[in-house]
Amino acid sequence: MELLGKEQIWKEYQKEIADNNYFYARSCIRQTFFPGSEWVYLDILRNKLHKNVIDDPRHTTCTGIGYHSDVVPIETIMTVVARHFALMTEAGYENLTPSCITSFGIYTEILDTWEHHPEIEEKIREYLYKATRREFKKPRNLAHTSDIIYKFRNEIASQILHPLKNIHTGRPLKVVDHIGCHYAKMFPSKGIGGAEFPAVLTGMIEAWGGEPIDYPERRHCCGFGFRNYLVMANRGFSVANSKKKFESMQPYEPDFIVANCPGCAMFLDKWQYTISEMEGITYGANGYGIPVLTYEEMAALVLGYDPWDIGLQMHQVAVEPLLDKMGIPYDPDKKYCNSRGESLGAPKCPTYLKIK
Amino acid sequence: MNFWGYSISEARVIDYDKNDKSLATCLAQNAPSSKLCIGCGGCTATCTAGNLTEFNIRKLQMLVKRGENNEIRQQLHKCMLCGKCTLVCPRGVDTRKMILTLIDYLHRQSL
Amino acid sequence: MNVIIIGAGPAGCEAAFRLANEGIQVDLIEKENSTGGNLNNWYQLFPDRKSAKDLNTILSNHLQHPHIRLHLNTEATDITREENGKTSVQLSDGALLTGDALLLATGFKLFEAQRKEEYGYGIYENVITSVNLENKFINHQITMRSGALPQRIGFIHCVGSRDEKICNYHCSKLCCITAVKQAIETRELLPEAEIICFYMDMRMFGPGYEEMYRKAQEKYNIKFIRGRLSEASENQNKQIIIKAEDTLIGKPLRMTLDLLVLMVGMEASEGSQKAASQLHLTQAPSGFIQPADPHYGNNRTNQEGVFIAGCCSAPMNLTDTLADARSAANTISEWLNRNTQH
Repeated sequence: MELLGKEQIWKEYQKEIADNNYFYARSCIRQTFFPGSEWVYLDILRNKLHKNVIDDPRHTTCTGIGYHSDVVPIETIMTVVARHFALMTEAGYENLTPSCITSFGIYTEILDTWEHHPEIEEKIREYLYKATRREFKKPRNLAHTSDIIYKFRNEIASQILHPLKNIHTGRPLKVVDHIGCHYAKMFPSKGIGGAEFPAVLTGMIEAWGGEPIDYPERRHCCGFGFRNYLVMANRGFSVANSKKKFESMQPYEPDFIVANCPGCAMFLDKWQYTISEMEGITYGANGYGIPVLTYEEMAALVLGYDPWDIGLQMHQVAVEPLLDKMGIPYDPDKKYCNSRGESLGAPKCPTYLKIK
Repeated sequence: MNFWGYSISEARVIDYDKNDKSLATCLAQNAPSSKLCIGCGGCTATCTAGNLTEFNIRKLQMLVKRGENNEIRQQLHKCMLCGKCTLVCPRGVDTRKMILTLIDYLHRQSL
Repeated sequence: MNVIIIGAGPAGCEAAFRLANEGIQVDLIEKENSTGGNLNNWYQLFPDRKSAKDLNTILSNHLQHPHIRLHLNTEATDITREENGKTSVQLSDGALLTGDALLLATGFKLFEAQRKEEYGYGIYENVITSVNLENKFINHQITMRSGALPQRIGFIHCVGSRDEKICNYHCSKLCCITAVKQAIETRELLPEAEIICFYMDMRMFGPGYEEMYRKAQEKYNIKFIRGRLSEASENQNKQIIIKAEDTLIGKPLRMTLDLLVLMVGMEASEGSQKAASQLHLTQAPSGFIQPADPHYGNNRTNQEGVFIAGCCSAPMNLTDTLADARSAANTISEWLNRNTQH
């Protein structure tokens, strides 16, 4: 691997990212499966980076899951997105920062469509007005929330408590980065580092002391594919894609996987359980899986947040081996307790995948 | 029906690194003219068996060259050895020799 | 009568020699410190495997001519058409030349392989270009970066050609035959290696080319798979893993290679682009300079007194380039005779 060649590509794919005053758009999957991620993102932005960010409770799903599953027509998703733009406009913001990669892809695609077909934008403005009496301005700046963390990666590095290092060996942790397909494959110029060698997550990993792993199937889709997962008959080839990636990354013995797409994080995490139950295969050391983090969780861990406060007990693959390597203190007894300290009950143990 | 309602799909990709190329080697040695194929499909278009069945001689020998040998076993015996494919081949591939070599190899393997 | 020629590659050298033989004064301008242009990057020529150096020597020896003035290390910074029909060329050394006619022999530039990001040139150490491989031929040694001998080598045709994604619709014409030639040369150095060409179409247009392709299959045991490389990546051993479709089988294919050779295509050179914009010459969508007429005016441009020869108008092999240069010399001398008679 020759870094010089990569840096040349990275130079060409830089994009404008707003400095402050963000309108936050939550993600259906992230807030359901990694609720701590969205909370801690807002906390880092407000209390560690001192940025102004608004989290509007009236904001809804972008309907991207329905759109990519052929149940929501394009006019509908455009009108829903137009409503998000209206909420942002009404709040007095112009920098839109979605938490979901697919939402980011959809916003980008819709803005691009409107640029080439102003008549469609006109039509959608009319639909929105008729339905809600709302009007909107298009965002001045659109960035995924991982772009925001990337932008401030060095500020975060200056406050770091637990660098991405193995405290027992002193060596950098080996980290697999996984970029959601809708981040840059549709519009390479909208992603930091482009589509082939994205820099958005590797930039964070390097800034915080880790070593990114470039393995052969790095660019491959996690396999979610919306309708391919949602229809049970198709699920077999959804999981086959993740399996292909695990097999390809396993020889590098990665310490963890980090993803910027909520769907990818969920599938890379949960499929390890499915594969272990179906075929008895596990991909980490000693029967464990390879832990999967969202980039918000990765940022929170290096900044010293409590693992259970940021929701790591929601993960299928146990994160404890990673916490031990990083020297992050945690109370095993509190893993399955709620905020009042009451037990929530522990989940059932998998047959093959070791979780404690 | 398993508990999951689905199973992990097998990849249909040609895995050239792992495939067994001993049949391909045997073909190149015993019917060297097979190396000259340019994939034009003249043979398949005129094939007596291919007009009535899935038998595709052009594709079959390509599968062998990539080490995809499974399909070969089911298909090979459909050839009637009429020789029309040899007649039309613009590159002079001895298709008859090719078929006989493959049949012979598979026969010896099954013994 | 005098003619200014920009570019002392094969086309420029040959045209200069032919014009000088007609008694015409020639100023031959070359930005590099030697003549020969892209020919300097090549070891052997197709289809007869003659030494590129020998041809280069012949071409440069012809320049030892009383009517030829060679300006090496000199760039044409500004080209203007005068009202009297002459062309003046400002040189980077400060001189100002005026010619009765101008011949552009500004050639081509090789496609920059790193622009096909997904192939990993400049990132993966065992991905090289066809030009890098020619250099290895000069040293009679093909190794991986580690020094090990490659066991399996893949040649990828059409890199930078026939590809909308990098804005090149055109076919560079020569990469197919170059790949066949290079595969054979590679076989001679590595008798045990597996050598595979990945092509979209085999465009064997020249005399002896199809025969060479056939020989590559039959005698040199080169394999040909129809399918375009979609992406390359690197494994822990620094080998290259490629994904393509075997389109004649209709299945995706993946394999590990020790060495990946990218057959880089031809693009309009910076010199051609600059001259075209300064002289308002018509350009093809590919950026090459468009001839006034593809059949009967192939060396003329839309500007009277400005002529073209060789690869500044389209990708050409050496045979065609040299013939085109002679044709340009002929066209220019006819044009000069006609114009001086009036």
